[in-house]
Amino acid sequence: MSLIWLLGLVLAIAAVGYALGRTRALSSTNGDIRKLHSLPSYYGANVALKSAIPALLVLVVWLVAQPLIVSGVVSSDIPDSAIPEGSSRGLVMSEVKRVAAGLDGAVAAGTMSASYAASAQADMDDVTKRMRDAQQITPEALTPEILTAGQRFRAMVAQGKWAMTAVVLALAVAGAFWGLRESHAEFRARNTVERVTKVLLIAAASLAILTTVGIVLSLVFNTYEFFTMYPPLEFFFGTTWAPSFSGRGGSSELGIVPLLWGTFYISIVALAVAVPIGLFSAIYLSEYAGPKVRAIAKPLLEVLAGIPTIVYGLFALLTVGPLLVSIFGKDGFGWMQSGTAVMTAGIVMGIMLIPFVSSLSDDIINAVPQSLRDGSYGLGATKSETIKQVVLPAALPGIVGAILLAASRAIGETMIVVLGAGAAARLSLNPFEAMTTVTAKIVSQLTGDTDFSSPEMLVAFALGMTLFVVTLGLNIFALYIVRKYREQYE
Amino acid sequence: MYDARHTEAQVDQTETKISAKGVQVYYGDTHAIKDVDVEIADKTVTAFIGPSGCGKSTFLRCLNRMNDTIDICRVQGDILIDGEDIYDRRVDPVQLRAKVGMVFQKPNPFPKSIYDNIAYGPRIHGLAKNKADLDVIVEKSLRRGAIWNEVKDRLHAPGTGLSGGQQQRLCIARAIATEPEVLLMDEPCSALDPIATAQVEELIDELRLDYSVVIVTHSMQQAARVSQKTAFFHLGNLVEFDDTTKIFTNPEDPRTESYITGRIG
Ligand SMILES: Nc1ncnc2c1ncn2[C@@H]1O[C@H](COP(=O)(O)OP(=O)(O)OP(=O)(O)O)[C@@H](O)[C@H]1O
Ligand SMILES: [Mg+2]
Repeated sequence: MSLIWLLGLVLAIAAVGYALGRTRALSSTNGDIRKLHSLPSYYGANVALKSAIPALLVLVVWLVAQPLIVSGVVSSDIPDSAIPEGSSRGLVMSEVKRVAAGLDGAVAAGTMSASYAASAQADMDDVTKRMRDAQQITPEALTPEILTAGQRFRAMVAQGKWAMTAVVLALAVAGAFWGLRESHAEFRARNTVERVTKVLLIAAASLAILTTVGIVLSLVFNTYEFFTMYPPLEFFFGTTWAPSFSGRGGSSELGIVPLLWGTFYISIVALAVAVPIGLFSAIYLSEYAGPKVRAIAKPLLEVLAGIPTIVYGLFALLTVGPLLVSIFGKDGFGWMQSGTAVMTAGIVMGIMLIPFVSSLSDDIINAVPQSLRDGSYGLGATKSETIKQVVLPAALPGIVGAILLAASRAIGETMIVVLGAGAAARLSLNPFEAMTTVTAKIVSQLTGDTDFSSPEMLVAFALGMTLFVVTLGLNIFALYIVRKYREQYE
Repeated sequence: MYDARHTEAQVDQTETKISAKGVQVYYGDTHAIKDVDVEIADKTVTAFIGPSGCGKSTFLRCLNRMNDTIDICRVQGDILIDGEDIYDRRVDPVQLRAKVGMVFQKPNPFPKSIYDNIAYGPRIHGLAKNKADLDVIVEKSLRRGAIWNEVKDRLHAPGTGLSGGQQQRLCIARAIATEPEVLLMDEPCSALDPIATAQVEELIDELRLDYSVVIVTHSMQQAARVSQKTAFFHLGNLVEFDDTTKIFTNPEDPRTESYITGRIG
């Protein structure tokens, strides 16, 4: 029985349980709803939840645990003699799994019968040939040990599947019975459903948090490994970024300072473009524009947010870069060597962030109560005085939040940097020079052929970790500002 | 119900401050004010009474053009203040509102300190030459708003942190701080306790010496206590407008009588 079927069956049992629970509760009071503690649907839901949740939980755990247990058992049964020189148990085990998959495929394609696939007397060459006929990948030399292990693997997987189906279905039915027994007038079904709902919500929240923790842990682990190979002091304070890829010899210099500088410089240029334009257009849209202008302008502005960043990257490379060169390059001021520069990437990134800042700020400004504006107008203030002195201060915490959100997007942006700012890690104050950012370097460190144990590769995790800490700090700072302001004015 | 105050304050023949003729107000298709004529005298307190939704606030907001801020609102007819049509093209509503102050139905302090709330108007209109001047204005306004004693130790605490009644008195003080000639008050005491109400009423009585005050109220007693003239609105019509004594003792229209005796409303 396939997984989908099993899932469907469990849900069907829950659905039947729902209907039965409802009717049972109703019949316990001879159809008088008012005598029930809860509405009939709560009794139904109680049964459905009790049959579905434990069964599905066991299903998930089983699906995760079974492959681990099966390969553990099979691999420990492989005799040491079956492991060739220079190989390892893990490599042999993957061979075994491939054979198992091959046998499955051959049986499915009809080139061997199920009993033949499981038989201990099978001839190596014949088995290989039949698997090949079914277009399966086969080991170069199939040994009896590997074949036996593969057959064992198949058998255990099949057994496990049956056991799983049986256990899950039994649990579903048992849960339904448990719920049904409770379906009588005094049972507080409503409270039970309430509690289960709460637990489900908590589970969802914890899953999200655990995932974050998992991501951070994987970063931490690899970062630690990097720091065992490369001195942290040189990483954090080194002012040169010059990785030499292994094989070419020589030692790399992996200082993060030029990358962080590039990240901040480009982000600051981007925010300098996005914040005033975004904020002013939000103020125009929410305070001055008539409903007609608003209905057209707001969606148009938000179209900007739907453009993929790679398109912005092309815009930087093909339009903004050359334009800036024609003004600030050799023919103009002579400050700019080529189109790729901090300015190019920063301006384009700023354009990308405008709708971000403007639509968030617009919502926040609209949420400022009209009575505050009335109060200000009533004292003889003009529109711009009202906005400057009443509306914006009231909206400030939200606007700061919007700006910091935009800042974390700017820091994390990669594509525009790669195409607009170049790949040279450089510490310079000139915004018309090419620079690069942390994210762009993470990409370039991980592309190409390098093994995952060299510092040049692992540095990507240290970079990612640093970026994570920086963004986290930024968010905490934002929360702090918002909260401080709230305390003052609420 | 009628205490001594209004009898001694008999209306002398003062000049007209505000004169409204044939005022119509529409909210989209809703006809909220129907052909209202009113003459509001200078240095008098005029009360607007009437059942909820009859258009008291709407009419009050016409007097300082606050209705301009509502897109769907249209005002027709003439409203003259000191003989000048306030809906004339040449009149700047911003200037007008500095002259005609307003206190709203719901207290709406700005998210600023108590001091800055009061100083807001004077700063905008340049009423204070220096900081010391401003301090004087702030203190004077808070005293007149009957809230000085409660806030004098925390002038720099946020105005939004005050209680509802304190906030309303803060808003009254804020409106006075700009030295308006006319003060419009929309149910200024609906959030106040009897003591604060008495203080505000005293303040209104005092303001009458210099200003023209228009107050919307749901309390008959209050209207009788503080006002010299009373206008009774019903379903967008001005039913009766006369001396307060007359309205409360000998109303002409049966609807007025029913309302003040509590039979409609
Ligand atoms: N902004 C608005 N948009 C549409 N209609 C409005 C608006 N403000 C008021 N109205 C309508 O105009 C009429 C008069 O309202 P108004 O607020 O002037 O009543 P009111 O006499 O002040 O009532 P209350 O004593 O409850 O404050 C009501 O029918 C109301 O629904
Ligand atoms: Mg009102």
